[in-house]
Amino acid sequence: MGTLIVLLVLALFLTAIFTGGYNKDFLDRVKTSKVWDWLTTVDHKKIAILYFMSGFFFFIVGGIEALFMRLQLIVPHNDLFVGDTFNELLTMHGTTMIFLAAMPMIFGLMNAIVPLQIGARDVAFPFVNALGFWLFFAGGLLLNLSWIFGGAPDAGWTSYTSLALNEYSPGPGIDYYVLGLQISGIGTLIGGLNFLVTIINLRAPGMTYLRMPLFTWTSFVTSALILFAFPALTVALLLLMFDRLFGANFFDYTMGGSTVIWQHLFWIFGHPEVYIVILPAFGVMSEVISTFSKKRLFGYTSMVFATVLIGFLGFMVWVHHMFTVGLGPVSNSLFAVATMAIAVPTGIKVFNWLFTMWGGEIRFTTAMLFAVGFIPTFVMGGMTGVMLALPPADYQYQDSYFVVAHFHYVLVGGTVFGMFAGAYYWWPKMFGKLLDEKLGKFHFWTFLIGFHLTFFPQHFLGLFGMPRRVFTYQSGVGLETINLISTIGVFGMTIGTLAFIYNIYKTFKVEAQAPADPWNGRTLEWAIPSPPPEYNFAQLPRVRGLDPFWLEKQAGNKGMTPAEPLGSIHMPSPSYLPVLMSLGFFIAGFGFIARGNYAVGILGLIVVVITMFMRSFEQDHGYHIEPEEIEDANKGVQA
Amino acid sequence: MSRQRLWRALLVFSLAALALSGCSGDPSLNVLEPSGTAGEKQLNLIMWSFFLMLGVFAVVITIFVYVLIRFRKRKGQDRMPEQTHGSTLLEIVWTVIPIVLLGILAVPTVNYTFELADAKPDEDSIRVKVTGHQYWWEFEYPDLGVKTAQELYIPVGKKVHLEIHGKDVLHSFWVPALGGKTDVIPGRVNTMWLDAKKPGKYQGKCAELCGAGHALMDFVVYAKEPAEFDKWVAQMKQPAKVATAAQKEGEQLFLQNCMGCHAGVNPKLQGPDLSKFGTRTTIAGILPHTEENLKKWLKNPEAVKPGAKMPKIDYLTQEELDALTEYLMSRK
Repeated sequence: MGTLIVLLVLALFLTAIFTGGYNKDFLDRVKTSKVWDWLTTVDHKKIAILYFMSGFFFFIVGGIEALFMRLQLIVPHNDLFVGDTFNELLTMHGTTMIFLAAMPMIFGLMNAIVPLQIGARDVAFPFVNALGFWLFFAGGLLLNLSWIFGGAPDAGWTSYTSLALNEYSPGPGIDYYVLGLQISGIGTLIGGLNFLVTIINLRAPGMTYLRMPLFTWTSFVTSALILFAFPALTVALLLLMFDRLFGANFFDYTMGGSTVIWQHLFWIFGHPEVYIVILPAFGVMSEVISTFSKKRLFGYTSMVFATVLIGFLGFMVWVHHMFTVGLGPVSNSLFAVATMAIAVPTGIKVFNWLFTMWGGEIRFTTAMLFAVGFIPTFVMGGMTGVMLALPPADYQYQDSYFVVAHFHYVLVGGTVFGMFAGAYYWWPKMFGKLLDEKLGKFHFWTFLIGFHLTFFPQHFLGLFGMPRRVFTYQSGVGLETINLISTIGVFGMTIGTLAFIYNIYKTFKVEAQAPADPWNGRTLEWAIPSPPPEYNFAQLPRVRGLDPFWLEKQAGNKGMTPAEPLGSIHMPSPSYLPVLMSLGFFIAGFGFIARGNYAVGILGLIVVVITMFMRSFEQDHGYHIEPEEIEDANKGVQA
Repeated sequence: MSRQRLWRALLVFSLAALALSGCSGDPSLNVLEPSGTAGEKQLNLIMWSFFLMLGVFAVVITIFVYVLIRFRKRKGQDRMPEQTHGSTLLEIVWTVIPIVLLGILAVPTVNYTFELADAKPDEDSIRVKVTGHQYWWEFEYPDLGVKTAQELYIPVGKKVHLEIHGKDVLHSFWVPALGGKTDVIPGRVNTMWLDAKKPGKYQGKCAELCGAGHALMDFVVYAKEPAEFDKWVAQMKQPAKVATAAQKEGEQLFLQNCMGCHAGVNPKLQGPDLSKFGTRTTIAGILPHTEENLKKWLKNPEAVKPGAKMPKIDYLTQEELDALTEYLMSRK
């Protein structure tokens, strides 16, 4: 409690310093400050940037953890990080990269682009959107504070029981995992719901389902997967929370529980989760490849159905993570065949991308390079994916470095390449400036080479008998050279990422504004200025087909044909409640992690309930932007 | 651009060559060089699926390279590509062919899955009860009345039927050169079988994260000719004798300091059975079997194996330590 008061006073103090001291106008000055603007924003474009920044920050954190692990494994019998410390690193690397880097970057792109692509002025629930971000951030922060307060979780990102139970992990580490992920999971769940509703309800006139750009489609399917997959995680975390905090016995076999139940629940969530993070990357690739080949996407309809099919099959295959659990040959065979089936729609996508480029006019911009580099990388990950789907072979691969190599090929080769491609492609739309292409290409090549150098040899590590999640290995059994090469590769990826950071810094210094349509784009977002005004579209556009902006350009029109007269635009008001509510959850989480001091936990929950009450009974009608202001703004742009 | 691409292809190729030739795995734990029937079956499937997938990869990469070179934008070029919608025929081709390929792959997969799951012991097979502990392995031969730890002896050419038990957390029993793994699950009994086709020493690993000492939860499988195996069984059944005075003192120290855990008084604090410790070839499954290493382990187990449950035996005098070591080493 005392700490809380100290923190509160410190926060007030800092606010005062940044806004110029306390006096009568203190509150007014706070409310007009930039920080307040970002804290209370409900604008999807600003929330996108918040998601992007925090996701990238966690990406760096997770990357440093990976670097530490590879440094430990550079030679056998190294003692840089051993035992529990190494387990903390591997757990936090996995958890951070999946939940705190991949997820927010995907939400960042979805926020930035989906409303623009469907011709909407914002998402369906702007308040919920802000709340989703702040909950994710509170959860991520809570999880990472474990490094400072009491030790990070160390049972792997899968946190299998019974290792994750009190008896075998007595410290607070796993509590951070459980409550941190639970809080950020609520944020993800409501974010997914928000995008489902947005895409169903806010499409511009004429934007039928089969005219939606593929990035919107993949975001749509991803949101549906979130809706159905995250509750399984919520349930699993809730059960684990009860086991750890309140002495329940769901996973304790000596008391009639079952450790295998955790694995089922985790992977019923966990397998769709990998499609949640890969599908939007597929969407980015489709947009980028189509734009830079100057061609309509080949087989659009089959691409859409392949996406939906992948999403659907994603729920049917979770047992392939559990082939060695001993569930019997019947269930292993069934899940093996279901898993192989996923290769079919994925193959359809790959061939459609290849034939989109076929006959096109390919421009190798950085975004396109990442999309092009993605294809062979991802196909290799898919190859090993099919190999892993065969239970007898999987008995050998399971939990070895072969698996590590496989999922980095799909997650880095797929999601990370996708996010980089998306970043270079949409940076001008998000920030109004073009990233440097020369640095971008340097980034691409160092990252690509470093990536393959790191992960390609790891296939062999697995086949030569090295299990995953080990802090050391034997010397003299042919593992040294491969491990050394693998560690060297990490530096390639590190240099590439540093080049990207420098690129961002350099781009912010550049004065030149990006044009509205720098790439000869095809979809709606390129029809409006970069960056777009806060209302996005002064008049909602009329959509005449797939690639609507391209169609208009081909017809000789300068922009979209409006579907409505210029009128007053209704905008949602900013709100400080999302931050406050998330702070409540954060405090509650901290309180419950510090066992035996439930007063703080309950205080946090009270904050949550009060903010919910305030939100429910608040009279907020938003505000309007009048046509005159829009015209003034337009003149300003042209002048 | 194409030159850079070429470099990349070369790089990947040379890496593969390096990995395959320069630093190939060791036969004691190499999946690609199996010495057992199960491992051979698994390798068959691995190779079969690998070459099938390599064929698919070759097709993709050929189209990929052709497209990137043939259709890249050349200097000064500004043409309008035809805006094709797609091709139903092509869509059908690349839907049907993969389905057929996967069908072909599914047949041996299902076949092998059932074959490997058929772990019922027959009259001729050896039964072993395997128990995974944090962080050591216990092996018990119920039909032979032998109990040991860290080292699994099996006769060459006989099917070994394993009954896998768990007590604390998850582990996974893996002998890469003999066959794939089976998880150790507390509260559940799993079964698997393996055999060795030639005598030798094979490395065993724990493949499921089980705590701080997971990386060092190794064991060894010794495959012996049947006659030698029988000799080993006979030796294991013969109680070790206490001969010298130092050994007698060591026995006293053992009774006072070690029995609590190493004689199975408290199941929650169970340590490996040490009645035949002198026959082992490793200390704690990882260090060479020397007196020096044994003393190192006794003085500070956690320094050798992080997370080891054994307390430090660092309060003995040098003489006592020597006696205890001598006693343990004489347990043959």
